[in-house]
Amino acid sequence: MTLVVAPSVELETAVAKVESRAARNATIAVAMSGGLDSSAVASLLHRRGHSVVGLSMLLWDQSTQRVHGRCCGALDLGDARAVADEIGIPHYTLRMDDEFRRHVVDPFVEDYLAGRTPSPCVRCNTWIKFDLFLERADAVGADYIATGHYARIVEGDGEWELHQAACLDKDQSYYLFELTQEQLARSLFPLGALTKNTVRDYARQERMLVAEKGESMEVCFVASGVQQFVEEQAAARPDFFPAPATTPSEIVDTDGKVLGRSSAPYFRYTVGQRRGLGVASSEPLYVLGVDAKNNRLEVGPDRELVAPGLLGERLHWIGRPPAGPVEATVRIRSRHDGVGATIHTLDDGLARVEFETPQRGVAPGQAAVFYEGTRVLGGCRIRDRWEGTSV
Amino acid sequence: MATDLSRPEDRAYFDHNATSPPDPRVVEAMLPHLGVLHGNPSSVHAVGQAARAAVERARRQVAELLGGSAPEVLFTSSGTEANNAVVRAAAAGGGRLVVSSLEHPSIRVQAEELAGQDIDVVSVTPGPDGIVSADRLLDAVNEDTRLVALMLANNELGTLQPVAEVGRRLRDRGVPLLCDAVQAVGKVAVDVHELHVDYLTLGGHKFHGPIGAAALWVRGGAPFEALLVGGGQERHRRASTENVPAIVGLGVASEIAANELAERRRHLQELRDRFEQRVTALAGVTIHCAGSPRLPHTSHVAFEGVDAQTLLIRLDLRGFAVSTGAACASGVVEPSATLLAMGIDAKEALASLRISFGLTNTPAEIDAFLEVLQEEVAKLRHTAEVPV
Repeated sequence: MTLVVAPSVELETAVAKVESRAARNATIAVAMSGGLDSSAVASLLHRRGHSVVGLSMLLWDQSTQRVHGRCCGALDLGDARAVADEIGIPHYTLRMDDEFRRHVVDPFVEDYLAGRTPSPCVRCNTWIKFDLFLERADAVGADYIATGHYARIVEGDGEWELHQAACLDKDQSYYLFELTQEQLARSLFPLGALTKNTVRDYARQERMLVAEKGESMEVCFVASGVQQFVEEQAAARPDFFPAPATTPSEIVDTDGKVLGRSSAPYFRYTVGQRRGLGVASSEPLYVLGVDAKNNRLEVGPDRELVAPGLLGERLHWIGRPPAGPVEATVRIRSRHDGVGATIHTLDDGLARVEFETPQRGVAPGQAAVFYEGTRVLGGCRIRDRWEGTSV
Repeated sequence: MATDLSRPEDRAYFDHNATSPPDPRVVEAMLPHLGVLHGNPSSVHAVGQAARAAVERARRQVAELLGGSAPEVLFTSSGTEANNAVVRAAAAGGGRLVVSSLEHPSIRVQAEELAGQDIDVVSVTPGPDGIVSADRLLDAVNEDTRLVALMLANNELGTLQPVAEVGRRLRDRGVPLLCDAVQAVGKVAVDVHELHVDYLTLGGHKFHGPIGAAALWVRGGAPFEALLVGGGQERHRRASTENVPAIVGLGVASEIAANELAERRRHLQELRDRFEQRVTALAGVTIHCAGSPRLPHTSHVAFEGVDAQTLLIRLDLRGFAVSTGAACASGVVEPSATLLAMGIDAKEALASLRISFGLTNTPAEIDAFLEVLQEEVAKLRHTAEVPV
């Protein structure tokens, strides 16, 4: 005999609040990765009487490699299917590996080869998990999509707002700053107000087969280490990617003086990195810039690492674009505490972000995301440091 | 919108080439063997003897369906096992394998895996009619050829292959012919002697028998190596305790197929023709290989400008089960290798559905299906959001 325990009141209330946006007879497509979070979402929505269809995306087929436990592995799709069977909802796998390669993997490799520090998870969320997935969900007739993201969508003053998750440890709002009004209107994040523990407790209570599954890795498609991955990809498609320099990089200081040679290829270095340079100096040296064209790393002491601001591209506002400069808290990487800043909109999707206090580690390629309290206003991709008006 | 998965019986099932529902008479015959008649055919006692008698009866039933003799019939777990066994045995001494590119992966992939130093595998593609030319297949045969494999009917297109002609012409050259007849048996007449084959495989669940029992017919005197060893079952050709209930079911399914073939064929063809006549009235619809000799129940249709995987999902959510061809365990759809080999481009291949009818389908189901199909195709074309 099985003991049936109702999910906790907290969980019921939180989920009810999110799903109340969806009409009673709406069909909800749940993006099922085979992980704990999206599995719990499918189960919760089904349990609460919605018409739920599970859709999984085959993003990166590495069935020959052991990448189990990572969000885009084909093996996990087997788990997604098994969970859907367990819940009793229809489930389909959509082949999206071509798109994933074009929109996420190729730019990831290109960014590294160009000396930038890519944000593949931002690109994956923007291009794959929302743009394309919503399109596919539409095509099969779904009214809403639901995902296991930890973030909240709130109805604001005539527009949809994106907010951080209630549980800041799990917050994924940073990766979602490129979402549009239309996408927010059609998306449900049932876990946004919950903690991971609550979600796991629910899965255990329901005896879901993924209840004990761990977290997915940050860069799901890299099984072998970034350097090896980038080298393999570049070597496999020499006509597509520029050939990376094979000789060690020249290490120079800010005056252009050569200090030595790096031990690893230039694309292994990220702005702000201290380890692995192998040059002796009276004070600790950090990577200030990666110059792919000249195979050169610019290094300097800590004080030169800080920048008073950044120049961004692909500026995006979730709500109505502001008329003038905006004061906000800006996060320049996913685990950054944030800094007060003023954002100036420039032409052609560019932005200048001036920090209240200079920041370390402004890394080209990373996302700078703007917050007002818990609300995500928008963001941009970091193109470069901004050195201030009078240097 | 999403239909209740707890009631699969409410669905109209048009995917009989994947598997077909067992005939109730088959199930009835199997049941005692899942209960009181539980014996092991190798046992000496009466319980074992009863099981053995049941297996031998099934062997005669299968032999009769094929026009062969009972001792030539070997039971296996699946068509895949039977095909694997024949291909492996043939390649044991090295030489050439000539395989049509239409073959099921249990032949095609098995041959490719064996290819190497001693084994040379030649794959022969079909023409745009979905048929592998006998001349082209025979042109690939040389003195070293150990086996030719040509299926009787293709699982996706339903096209019938010139097995009898190939068999007759190979006979003089002493090269054995393997015929995978899994999709054909029970739908068209199959006679091993008329086909001049040396090995022929069939699977119970494709013609209203149970999953888990298949048969390999081996011409008397043709060489054969066991895949499974360590027991004397099946005259030392396949070790392991016989799956008695499934074998009994396969036998009964064979007997029913032999008795009712003409009637069955007429029924299937009526359903298929009804579907094809009406579906071609829709714009932008092509029936692949419509002019070729085909199985009576299979229809392979391209819907111009439609992503077939999306269409399949939409149809499934409305209660109609169809197929896009081969799918792996996680449900991912690939463009059909068969269509690509025929020279059809990937876009059209990904716009194609396979519809395979069965005995329990009715004209009313087909009419309801056509109505929903028309609606869904129109919606998909209208939204024009179909990713390519």
